[in-house]
Amino acid sequence: MLKLVASRLVQGLALVLAVVVLNFVLVHAAPGDPVETIAGASGGMDEKLQAELRAQYGLDRPLPVQLGIYLGKVARGDLGYSYFFNLPVSSLIGERVPATLALVLTSVLAAFLTGTTLGVLSSRRPNGALSQTINVLSLVGFSAPVFWLGMLLVILLASVFPVFPVSGMRNIASDGRGVADVIDVLYHLVLPAFTLGLVYLAQYSRLSRAAMLDVLGADYIRTARAKGLSERKVFYKHALRNAVLPVVTILGLQFGNVLAGAIVVETVFNWPGLGRLAYESVLRRDYPTILGVLLFSSVVVIVMNQLTDLCYRLIDPRIKTT
Amino acid sequence: MNASDQPEGPWAEALRMFARNPSAIAGMLMLSVVLLVTLAGPWLVGADPFEIIAAPMTPPFSDEAILGTDYLGRDVLTTLVYGGRATLLVGAVAALLSVSIGITLGALAGYYGGRVDAVLMRVTEFFQVLPALLFAMVVVTLFSPTLLTITLAIGIVSWTGTARLTRAEFMKYRNLEFVRAERAIGASHARILWRVILPNALPPLIVSATLAIGSAILFEAGLSFLGLGDQNRMSWGLMIGASRQYVLSCWWAVAFPGAAIFVTVLAVSLIGDGLNDALNPKLRER
Repeated sequence: MLKLVASRLVQGLALVLAVVVLNFVLVHAAPGDPVETIAGASGGMDEKLQAELRAQYGLDRPLPVQLGIYLGKVARGDLGYSYFFNLPVSSLIGERVPATLALVLTSVLAAFLTGTTLGVLSSRRPNGALSQTINVLSLVGFSAPVFWLGMLLVILLASVFPVFPVSGMRNIASDGRGVADVIDVLYHLVLPAFTLGLVYLAQYSRLSRAAMLDVLGADYIRTARAKGLSERKVFYKHALRNAVLPVVTILGLQFGNVLAGAIVVETVFNWPGLGRLAYESVLRRDYPTILGVLLFSSVVVIVMNQLTDLCYRLIDPRIKTT
Repeated sequence: MNASDQPEGPWAEALRMFARNPSAIAGMLMLSVVLLVTLAGPWLVGADPFEIIAAPMTPPFSDEAILGTDYLGRDVLTTLVYGGRATLLVGAVAALLSVSIGITLGALAGYYGGRVDAVLMRVTEFFQVLPALLFAMVVVTLFSPTLLTITLAIGIVSWTGTARLTRAEFMKYRNLEFVRAERAIGASHARILWRVILPNALPPLIVSATLAIGSAILFEAGLSFLGLGDQNRMSWGLMIGASRQYVLSCWWAVAFPGAAIFVTVLAVSLIGDGLNDALNPKLRER
């Protein structure tokens, strides 16, 4: 087990290194540089000042040297300074993480709980009304663009039932402290989390339903029934435990995709999270911030993948440690 | 060699199954309507989707514009027609690209195994770890947003699922008797890969390719919604993104293009589900 963890760690680090190098080369291979963008944004800048800025950011050195410097800094946990905010990228990311985490965790957990419940209940009657509803729901969840669903909700809720705030994370007058603030944030969280959760709800309900149906056809279920266990016990004790496994795996593996979904949802609802930071940095060509966010989200995905894998091994002892 | 030459081969049976599946037929009908509108549309509406044809925010079902105009006075119906062309083109080509990369790499990894497999799987892992949308955003922004770069970006970030599926299929077949027989009579690796195993592995891959079209369309819509698409080509996502700030005063400029995306992807998913039922009979009960 220890050996496995160690080899996973090495693999993970190699992946991170590859991600950093590729992103760095890609960003710097692109035509145009941030100084031009800054110059454009500030309404023109003379050549001398541009050259000075390039020297200041180290953009005038050869690419391999820049890469070496960057790697050395990343190894020490320094992601550089944002061109736009003039703040360390790591603290920018740190500032935005809680908002995204709140959004993603709420929507994923809610979707997971509701989705598996619906999926499991519907598996009792594979052709019943609930099953059909889940089919429709999952088709809609897969086919409708997230941003469109979100905006339809905005239209509906802003004009017809003006209940929930449709933009931002806090009331403008909020002082950002105390219990009142927590309630305020939760209140603002409802719509974005609901929108993001819808898509995952569709997937989880469909997946858990399929997994339940699969498990219910297995021999050991027939055995359990044959030895006279109550239907309730067979269903919730024998079948459910096994059916939940694939759903848990997907839950972990999808964490990276959830971050991608967060970009769109955060944009629709002006949610001040990591996704919007990434989006705005791309528009501003804020290279250090883009590289930082790419690195950060890759690391999150790698860690989540490995954790899922390890959990899976713990839950299901049949999977041999190889 | 091909099974479809025989009168009642598995492919013919699958086709019959597909034709008897009501939701698959509904999907085909919906897709036909979408294709018809986008292809024949230019003869029905104006020539330029960016042209201002009426007062801004004309509501739908008015005389000047059936589906209304956006905040600049551009016709929403014309947007649907021309936007569909860009979206469908990018979706189809990007899906083709992603499926080609996925099948090639997955087949090589699954067939050769060993070191080839290890290297290719590391590459796949690498692309799975990259945040797809963010990475595509970066590529598109850095290398000028044209239909070509968008298509390439989507193709490059979305092939990993197909690769894993193909790999599993090829691993399943590579040591079966009919493959070993081919090897014994001296068939080349290329022949075994593409002429012997691939046709057998095709059914699940066709389903995955169909679903890939749906995801590529959604991906393109997402990029253009964020304003990272080609600004000179009207697309459904672009219209929604542009009208985002005016959504409360002019819902139709958001609702209709979004509905178009929804209907198109829904059609493709229904077809994919139908193909799945027809081609993978073992899963039929589900």
